[in-house]
Amino acid sequence: MLFLLQDGITNGAIYALLGLALVLVFAVTRVILIPQGEFVTYGALTYATLASGQVPGTARLAVAMGILALGLDLYAGRRSLRPALIGRALATNILLPAAILVLTSSLADRQTPVAIDIALSLLIVGTIGLFLYRIAFAPIAHTSVLVLLIAAVGSHLALQGIGLVFFGAEGQRGPALSNATFTIDPLRFTGQSIAVYAVTLALIAVLWLFFGFTLYGKALRATAVNRLGARLVGIRTGLSGQIAFLLAAVIGAISGILIVPITTLYYDTGFLIGLKGFVAAIIGGLVSYPLTAVAALLVGGVEAFSSFYASNFKEVIVFALIIPVLLLRSLAKPAVEEEKD
Amino acid sequence: MAQRWPVLLFAALMAAIPFIPGMPPFWIVLLDNIGLSALVAMGLVLLTGVGGLTSFGQAAFCGFGAYATAVLTTTYGLSPWLTLPLSLLVSGIFAVALGLVTVRLSGHYLPLGTIAWGLGLFYLFSKLEFLGRNDGISGIPPLAIGSLKMIDPGAIYFAIWTAVILCAWLTMNLLDSRTGRAIRALRRGHVAAEAFGVHPPRTKLLVFIYAAVLAGLSGWLYAHFQRAVNPTPFGAQAGIEYLFVAVVGGAGYVWGGVLGAAIVVVLKEVLQDYLPYVFHGEGQLETIVFGMMLVLLLQLAPGGVWPWLTARLPTRPNRKAIETSSALPVRKKAAPIDDVVLQVDHASKRFGGLIAVNDVTFDVGTREIVALIGPNGAGKSTTFNLITGILPASSGAISVLGERLHRMTPQAITKLGISRTFQHVKLVADMTVLENVAIGAHLRGKAGALASLLRLDRTDEAKLLTEAARQIERVGLSAQADTLAGNLSLGQQRIVEIARALCADPMLLLLDEPAAGLRQLEKQQLATLLRALRDGGMSVLLVEHDMGFVMGLADRIVVLDFGAKIAEGTPEKIRTNPEVIRAYLGAVT
Repeated sequence: MLFLLQDGITNGAIYALLGLALVLVFAVTRVILIPQGEFVTYGALTYATLASGQVPGTARLAVAMGILALGLDLYAGRRSLRPALIGRALATNILLPAAILVLTSSLADRQTPVAIDIALSLLIVGTIGLFLYRIAFAPIAHTSVLVLLIAAVGSHLALQGIGLVFFGAEGQRGPALSNATFTIDPLRFTGQSIAVYAVTLALIAVLWLFFGFTLYGKALRATAVNRLGARLVGIRTGLSGQIAFLLAAVIGAISGILIVPITTLYYDTGFLIGLKGFVAAIIGGLVSYPLTAVAALLVGGVEAFSSFYASNFKEVIVFALIIPVLLLRSLAKPAVEEEKD
Repeated sequence: MAQRWPVLLFAALMAAIPFIPGMPPFWIVLLDNIGLSALVAMGLVLLTGVGGLTSFGQAAFCGFGAYATAVLTTTYGLSPWLTLPLSLLVSGIFAVALGLVTVRLSGHYLPLGTIAWGLGLFYLFSKLEFLGRNDGISGIPPLAIGSLKMIDPGAIYFAIWTAVILCAWLTMNLLDSRTGRAIRALRRGHVAAEAFGVHPPRTKLLVFIYAAVLAGLSGWLYAHFQRAVNPTPFGAQAGIEYLFVAVVGGAGYVWGGVLGAAIVVVLKEVLQDYLPYVFHGEGQLETIVFGMMLVLLLQLAPGGVWPWLTARLPTRPNRKAIETSSALPVRKKAAPIDDVVLQVDHASKRFGGLIAVNDVTFDVGTREIVALIGPNGAGKSTTFNLITGILPASSGAISVLGERLHRMTPQAITKLGISRTFQHVKLVADMTVLENVAIGAHLRGKAGALASLLRLDRTDEAKLLTEAARQIERVGLSAQADTLAGNLSLGQQRIVEIARALCADPMLLLLDEPAAGLRQLEKQQLATLLRALRDGGMSVLLVEHDMGFVMGLADRIVVLDFGAKIAEGTPEKIRTNPEVIRAYLGAVT
């Protein structure tokens, strides 16, 4: 019994991280981040590829996306092409991913410590997240939630297909962060599961501090509440979107790195994991961080128990979980607002 | 909007295609697939493009239709024609169940919910023993008429495209009707539609079921076309693709669904054929390109291909001829005696600690124009919302002709004879003035969705449109009757709102700042119109800031300040009332 609960909490912690990232991105950009799962896969498989001493394709993808983003930046600023603007665009879009690629290539075939592999993976996936926003979402940031959602689905399809090209159809596992194990009767804890808990708690704390006490965090919240108002007081809302995507990508990659030593990940596993983060985020109403975290633990628990008692219907049960939640929400608050676009 | 001959032409063209000599059988298969996809997309057009309800889960409804006929024909040996209604019924029943849960959700919850149950159902299909788990069910009998078995793609082609064209016709009928107007008002302007008796949750459920049944039909055809079913074509990926089809074609247009299906099916085929040559790579390259094109398309042409195409055609929609012989029964106007139509008795509304309306008492008599004035935040709009039933009063009573409006829905209050306009104009921008005004008469029509589908609603519909045309003429906008409401000036839109309110055949008209945004001449015309209405037996209660307009028009004025009534009387009295002057100009010491 208890070990199921333990299993559920470990998975739930991951879903909580993803759920938080989804809430974050939705609140700031109104994008329902379907490609979140790809960030998980990319993070995990980039890490696993680096650990096996190869250069992951994602580093090259970041460069390619950077070039596209540069084009968009230059096109968007074509009326006033000042050297500063060109310089900044070149630095973020070309130099940054290129530097990461060079760094990755030079470090890949050496025996590097785990920490460097992790740092590189986060850098790579983070830049991909940054550029994804610039390319796919920034040009349509003003449109309706629906249009953004469809664009999210499109990016998910593209990224998943690219994932298959880079990582192949076979699953991979990565090295564990820690091989320690210890037993507190009757449960056996692995260092990895402790790392999962610790990182989740730490990230939640960091997010809380970021949003509560930093200027950028507050700017993001302001953008979330009122986009136009935020612009009028001088917040660069496009930048807020990029920060949100950067954070979401890094959080996704961390989740991936945390679970890839525990379970084998395939190029398309991320989608399902991300969707379970979604179930949690929806239960949290896409607005509440604490509620989302609690809901994620619930999802993890339900999944663990149902995979033990009715393994065939594990996914059905997890996704069916959403129905009573939606029902409660719809009874509690009938929709009154009108669509604006 | 329903023009016959292009549909007939299209039908004839599609019927002729298989008889073209040298037609490669492969193309026929493609056309079959296009037809199947178009059926689902058409449902999505109604659901998403017109109704504003996004569903990623339509593939699951195809699955219900397909699995229903697969099980019934293979396990129970029923004839495929017998399973057709059953398949549609299964899809419909599941749509009712899922719809009751999901359609009341607003905005983004709905698409997320549909993704979730779409996935859940996919896993259910692939795990259930009697559905054959991952292998599915094979050996499904082909469709047959007499001894003619529709085994090859060329034969079932006719079944598929008959279904497509029939459904397109039905869908266009539905959109061009009383129910259709309710559906088209769902996306933007459902608050106004609700005030005139449209029941949004019910309408949403209706569209949801309709779309599901179309998907079920596609699934049923698919099962007898492939003669086997397995879970893959009914998964989340397929659900996403169907939405893509609708968006590509133009989510607001019935034929956009068909066009989108053609584009996507052909594109996928081409990509699958040629991409491996270009990239020499393994893997789902077409998925990558597919995803990228989706993102690109949304940035370049978010409206889809169909509207882009029709905008380049020279034809303009012709004016709809209205049968004017029949008219709706009209409410008997109250006799011209000194009777009270509306009585507001010690009404209060509290929002938490804020008292928006504080113990307000006033009345409106027959043939009387009463103006409610006061500085911003005085509680005028809240008072309006209390009268129309949008907000419940915290205490006090509001009654119409002696009947208390306690806990009545806005629809019921409209039926009693109160209709309103809105401070912020709430018209459906992509509907014509005539159609917008006809929404006002929604409660006076009877024809339901089934009658509309089969065009049995024409007499009812003619009455509604006649009434709408009559009210448009009354407010002097006949020349603009066929203009899209969104293309009118703000002042004209306000007048359209008045016409719509008149269409409900009210005895009391509530106007929320009717003169705002009007030019001087338009204001004079409006005043003349309102006086004429009053002399015809109508009572009017209006909120207005334009003092010149109010003073010249109103018989009596009620002044609110900070939620409380501070004065009431004729315009002359109000003009010199020291309380009123203080409220407007500040304390004069």
